[in-house]
Amino acid sequence: MDDTTLLLALSGLLFVLGLVGVIVRRNLLVMLMFLELMLNGVILSLVVFTQLLGAEAGAVLVFLVFVVAAAEIAIAVPILLLLVRTGHTLDPGAYAGLKG
Amino acid sequence: MTIETVFLLVFALGALTGAVAMFFLRHPMRVALALIGTMVSLAAIYAQLGMHVIAVFQILIYVGAVMVFMIYAIMLLDVRDRSFTERFSPLLLAGIAGLLLLLGVLVDGLLRGQPFPAVDVPPDVFGVGAFAIAFMDQFWVYFALTAVLLLVAEIAASAVIDIRRRGQDVAAGQAERENGHG
Repeated sequence: MDDTTLLLALSGLLFVLGLVGVIVRRNLLVMLMFLELMLNGVILSLVVFTQLLGAEAGAVLVFLVFVVAAAEIAIAVPILLLLVRTGHTLDPGAYAGLKG
Repeated sequence: MTIETVFLLVFALGALTGAVAMFFLRHPMRVALALIGTMVSLAAIYAQLGMHVIAVFQILIYVGAVMVFMIYAIMLLDVRDRSFTERFSPLLLAGIAGLLLLLGVLVDGLLRGQPFPAVDVPPDVFGVGAFAIAFMDQFWVYFALTAVLLLVAEIAASAVIDIRRRGQDVAAGQAERENGHG
């Protein structure tokens, strides 16, 4: 197995573990962390292909994804804190009423 | 096996260990520390690949900003909550079945895949100077668009909080009026 295949396998594994973590964990904050893990897996594959092809546009894209991910967390965490103030729990089952 | 491959293997193993540990740790603070370990290992992999700019941004933005923000949020929460004491949701069996299925697809893709052809890349194409010149020369419009999107998102978050506050004020006013009539 060459280095590129190894890193792409790691990227796929991180994505899969993140996806399953979002499904099986009970805490909303931990689920948010697993979403970040999925995003890190995707970024790893983007970096590997950028390095493989020598495309500097890929590096710029990775930087922009970093910025958007930071903004996403800056908005998601206050929303979670508002939810906790309302429902007094981080268990997603307590917010089943949001389904409508 | 070259020394670069050995380092890549070590850091890949570190990233994977952190990701797997996130499943089994109960307290969100420990989960956050495992995620930080994974992110630092990924930064080391990026540095090993010669993408030093990305490695620095990974540490600065993810570990330095995102995870510190999450740790602040964890410190604000009540650890006696049920979601802190019980790790898994009722979807545990479905999640394990999905994990096995996706791992099967991944292994199948790796076994069938062809090796990637190497492209002759100049050595300094991902240096800080080359990145900065390309960024400010060719891609500044995209960065400006991203900044506008971020501004819109922040205004939306503030609006959500404001709507909620007004709703609470209206509800408090109604309750006060009802008490006055009673």
